[in-house]
Amino acid sequence: MKFRGLAAGVSALLVVAGLAACGGGDDSGSEGDVTLTYWASNQGASLDNDKEILTPELEKFTQQTGIKINLEVVPWSDLTNRTLSAAVSGQGPDVLNIGNTNAVTFQATGGFYPFDDAALAKIGGKDHFVDSAFATAGAPGKPPTSIPIYSQVYALYYNKKMFSDAGLQPPQTWEDLVSDAQKLTDPAKKKWGVVIPGATVNASMHFSFIFGQQNGGDAFDASGKPTFTTPGMVAGVKQYVDLMSRYHVVNPSAAQYSDSAQAAGDFARGDAAMYFAQTSGINVLKQNGMDPEQYGIVPIPAPSGGNDIGSFVAGTNISIFKNTKHLDAALQFVKFMTSDAEQATLNKAYTSLPAVKGVSASFTDDQQKLDTFTDILANRAKPLPLVAGVQAFQANVGGAVVSLIAKAATGAQVSEADVRNALDQAQQKMPA
Amino acid sequence: MATTLPGRAAAGKTSRGGPDPATPPTKARRKWLSWKRSTPYLLLVPAAVLELLIHVIPMVVGLWMSFIELTQYYITNWSEAPWKGLGNFTVALDFSGPLGRQLLRSFGVTLGFTVLTVGISFGLGLCAALALQRFGRGRGFIRTLFLTPYALPAYAGIITWKFMLQRDNGLVNQLITNDLHLTGNRPFWLIGSNAFVSVVVVAIWQQWPFAFLMTMAGMQVIPDEVYQASSIDGASTWQQIRHVTLGMMKPINSVLLLLLFLWTFREFNTPFVLFGPTPPASADLLTIHIYSSSFINWNFGLGSAMSALLMLFLILVAGGWALWNRRISRDA
Repeated sequence: MKFRGLAAGVSALLVVAGLAACGGGDDSGSEGDVTLTYWASNQGASLDNDKEILTPELEKFTQQTGIKINLEVVPWSDLTNRTLSAAVSGQGPDVLNIGNTNAVTFQATGGFYPFDDAALAKIGGKDHFVDSAFATAGAPGKPPTSIPIYSQVYALYYNKKMFSDAGLQPPQTWEDLVSDAQKLTDPAKKKWGVVIPGATVNASMHFSFIFGQQNGGDAFDASGKPTFTTPGMVAGVKQYVDLMSRYHVVNPSAAQYSDSAQAAGDFARGDAAMYFAQTSGINVLKQNGMDPEQYGIVPIPAPSGGNDIGSFVAGTNISIFKNTKHLDAALQFVKFMTSDAEQATLNKAYTSLPAVKGVSASFTDDQQKLDTFTDILANRAKPLPLVAGVQAFQANVGGAVVSLIAKAATGAQVSEADVRNALDQAQQKMPA
Repeated sequence: MATTLPGRAAAGKTSRGGPDPATPPTKARRKWLSWKRSTPYLLLVPAAVLELLIHVIPMVVGLWMSFIELTQYYITNWSEAPWKGLGNFTVALDFSGPLGRQLLRSFGVTLGFTVLTVGISFGLGLCAALALQRFGRGRGFIRTLFLTPYALPAYAGIITWKFMLQRDNGLVNQLITNDLHLTGNRPFWLIGSNAFVSVVVVAIWQQWPFAFLMTMAGMQVIPDEVYQASSIDGASTWQQIRHVTLGMMKPINSVLLLLLFLWTFREFNTPFVLFGPTPPASADLLTIHIYSSSFINWNFGLGSAMSALLMLFLILVAGGWALWNRRISRDA
């Protein structure tokens, strides 16, 4: 009985607190003292690294406009769910970052403010942005609901010392990559040819897309229907999983890496000779104590005879929440974040590619690395399909690849039939 | 209210047992709104409102969600989501399709997980309570020690287990491969088929102190005279445990088993903290499965339908238990 009384008391308190929290956001409408809540994605090596980079820039914005920014850095693993909950409840930040892979999915929810021509004009117009980056802003033919701020591509990072010690050249084809990896793998010394973030769902989807493309497979057909079981997609996923299951050039422990940063750690410590990472890897590796001189960068190679695709157009976009009470302030903030000056500063700090035409990439003094990334973005990157099912594609195909990697790590051989079967199940789970 | 109630009272219902049947009808009419009569109802109002807010309304909304096609297109405007009738339930229960097959598989895994966890937790708790009952000094200390897992914040406890179960630098592998040399290869504990063992062990670690606490409390209310009487009758220790201790604890144990079953069957924290949103197939427990179906695939209607089925199953279990328990208490 006593316990019940206590429970009732506690739940009453919770309800009151909940109601108070709901009411809390509404009383900041007075002019002159606007505070925007901004959810930034985790672009840096850690959440603290992001805060260090962003805080001085946000202070600049406050000085210029008098608008305060309440910054919260959200890890990628939480960002999608939190954004979704915010869209459902209508209680969310004013401005937030999203992965550009999710742009069309979130656009379909109607939770974000659509940038019509007038709004676009306020932030500098469509022509202010790099075309390939702006193409990820939303579905074609609709007002975009997100604006690109950081662009990225994948590349193959290789450890220069390990390669020269073994007398190897950076790989030109996938076959080279596999044979180099085999020569560099020595499980007894805990040295491995390649490291992959084996349990990371979104990265696994990225690789299945890239390697699928190399083998001529498309994840969706022209009408937007999933085609995960086409021979090209199956071959692409198999190509990735084989690193672990057939060639044994990946440390089986990597099947538990649920965060890309764990893979970066292995590469930075010299436990793995090769590592697939996006442009921001330069910053992440620096935070892990590895200088850019210690590694080289080449496009992720394709199997000989395959399509020379090494990446998709990755990146981060910024969106305004539809329910914001400070639309003008939010637009000013988006304009600030996409201004030439901020694009130069932030993309340098995050070692990503600027999303605006007026600024060129400057994140490293190493011209060869800059040229490689620029070449990949211009010539070897394909955009992800701009369909609303892309979030489900990421969850289901990424999840399927994670289980295949786990299966390979625990000692089972993964056959082509296993891959097709896993992809077939993923496809059947796709919303009709 | 104020106008209808006296009206009804005037319509000849005054003879229906008021607080004081001897008072004349006019007085009784006035007393309809007296403090004395309305106090119990007023006292009930906060509880009823909270019950509605916390239990009934979310449950009704959840049920309603299971009948609509709530996907990313309608998530910000539920009222536009098309009515799907039993469509979500048909998909979830179509065991020849991949979603239904996986749900059935997940149900089986959860049932195995629950039976093992509840059985072992209950057994451990009971043994520990029996042992401590015959223990003199140091009982308080051991009792506190046993209760620690229950007192720890669930997340902190499970995340510690997660570190211990890591393949390369986890304590468990350190112990069995480096110190005891039981296996040459470091096994995985968080992926593959071992994941099931891991989640069962962690769940038992968390659950058993509660079983221990309850059985211990139950044993303390059994009067010493009963033991004395039975030993005069020549009962051995084992017979005492079997017929006196367990016999008298039957009502407590049956409530305890039901509670443990319901809690374990819908356990979410343990698998989620150990494995994240995409658990290995061997440890794909129902709650996580439902979570991925709705939150990862953004199909909230289907997720709600699966939740409704889970609720239905647990209601059936609780109902079956109530029937069985009524028979037990009638027999006793």
